[in-house]
Amino acid sequence: MKKSSMLGLLVLVIRRDLVLAMRRRADMLTTLIFFVMVVSLFPLGVGPEMDMLRKMAAGVLWVAALLSSMLSLGRLFSADYLDGTLEQMMLAPQSLSVLVLGKMVAHWMVSGLPLVLMAPVLGLQFDMSAQALGVLIAGLLLGTPVLSMVGAIGAALTLGLRGGGVLLSLLVLPLCIPVLIFGTGAVEASTAGLGVASHLSLLGALLVLALAFTPWVTAQALRISME
Amino acid sequence: MAINWFKYSAPSTFYGLAGKLIPWFALSAAIMFAVGLYIGFVVAPMDAQQGEFYRIVFIHVASSILSMFLYLIMAGYAALGLIFNTRLSSMMATAIAPTGALFAFISLWTGALWGKPMWGAWWVWDARLTSELILLFLYLGFIALHASIDDPRRADRASALLAIVGSVNVPIIYFSVKWWNTLHQGSTIKFSGTSMHVAMQQAMFVTLVACWLYAIAVVLARVRSIILERERHTKWIAELPEVK
Repeated sequence: MKKSSMLGLLVLVIRRDLVLAMRRRADMLTTLIFFVMVVSLFPLGVGPEMDMLRKMAAGVLWVAALLSSMLSLGRLFSADYLDGTLEQMMLAPQSLSVLVLGKMVAHWMVSGLPLVLMAPVLGLQFDMSAQALGVLIAGLLLGTPVLSMVGAIGAALTLGLRGGGVLLSLLVLPLCIPVLIFGTGAVEASTAGLGVASHLSLLGALLVLALAFTPWVTAQALRISME
Repeated sequence: MAINWFKYSAPSTFYGLAGKLIPWFALSAAIMFAVGLYIGFVVAPMDAQQGEFYRIVFIHVASSILSMFLYLIMAGYAALGLIFNTRLSSMMATAIAPTGALFAFISLWTGALWGKPMWGAWWVWDARLTSELILLFLYLGFIALHASIDDPRRADRASALLAIVGSVNVPIIYFSVKWWNTLHQGSTIKFSGTSMHVAMQQAMFVTLVACWLYAIAVVLARVRSIILERERHTKWIAELPEVK
């Protein structure tokens, strides 16, 4: 491969991971079904009063998105780790950070994007207004990639460990709290009639920060886990 | 005479030094605790607004400060270990984590005990309480990650990376929680330190020093155990009088 084609490499990794994901569609669907289930459990748990549900809708959807993205993180590197592909990737002359970024993007497209697309339907179950739904989707679009990227650090650190899944959540969930806060804050601000720009800008800032640093940190974590 | 600055960065020399230092730190911690609590509970007057309940701050403030500083120190040691590959730094980071978590827990616990009579609730989703809770989670994550990796070298390096990521994240979490709180509700009763009695300040300062001394003593004791465990195959440990 030509040296200049960093972008080409990125596209290649994304395409490869997407093809792999499409061959095993069940994995993708289970995450989505989990998301739908968790969201549907809340009205059963707290009661069907629409006023209350409308108030907590954004929080419920965000927490459910957070949890379901944790579920799929374990698979981010494990298959490649088990069949040796990951080792080859680390030996490759190309930058590991770019490879990792490709895997993060693919992971988001497989596990984050479906949640974003599903969210409006679930939001309607909670009687959210169209405007609040729009803000929710915008927040999820900005926030779920951050969850995938921060989660990737945890996935790399816990690679091949026993009890990896629970441990991964333990490590990553506290780090994702800001995303949750700004994501739900945006929806609340919009229903309160305040501007949502500040919340969404902060989410955007988190996304830029994560884009800049997490691929590199994840690459370092992978090197630690693989040595 | 040239001083070898790195003499005590070797576990074998540090082990002996730590052993000599522990009694001093432990003893002075005990004395400072006794003095601080005496001033706090006997000398300091009753607070006009909060009555006797305020006296819990003499433990609460010190443990909150310690829990935050210890996280930074832990992350610093972890980073040293990661960058310069010094074994002792990583061991120090591992030794600090439980003490930091303990202080975070004490801080939350005493905060709850104070909150019940003052705010009328054990727990309030106040920005400080919430970020302290998240700090406790970060400590637990560090400990859990370290504990679940068998290879000590990988455990050190992986948890070091986690600690660094965590310490970068701490300000982000703190401010997000702060803004989240101000958006949700007006701030609850604030601890107004307008004119604090001198004895109160003294008691707070002395207990803070006591907590530092205690933390140092305990961390040194723990790091000695870690050194013994990690270096058990070496010759110098086999020759130690307490091992023989």
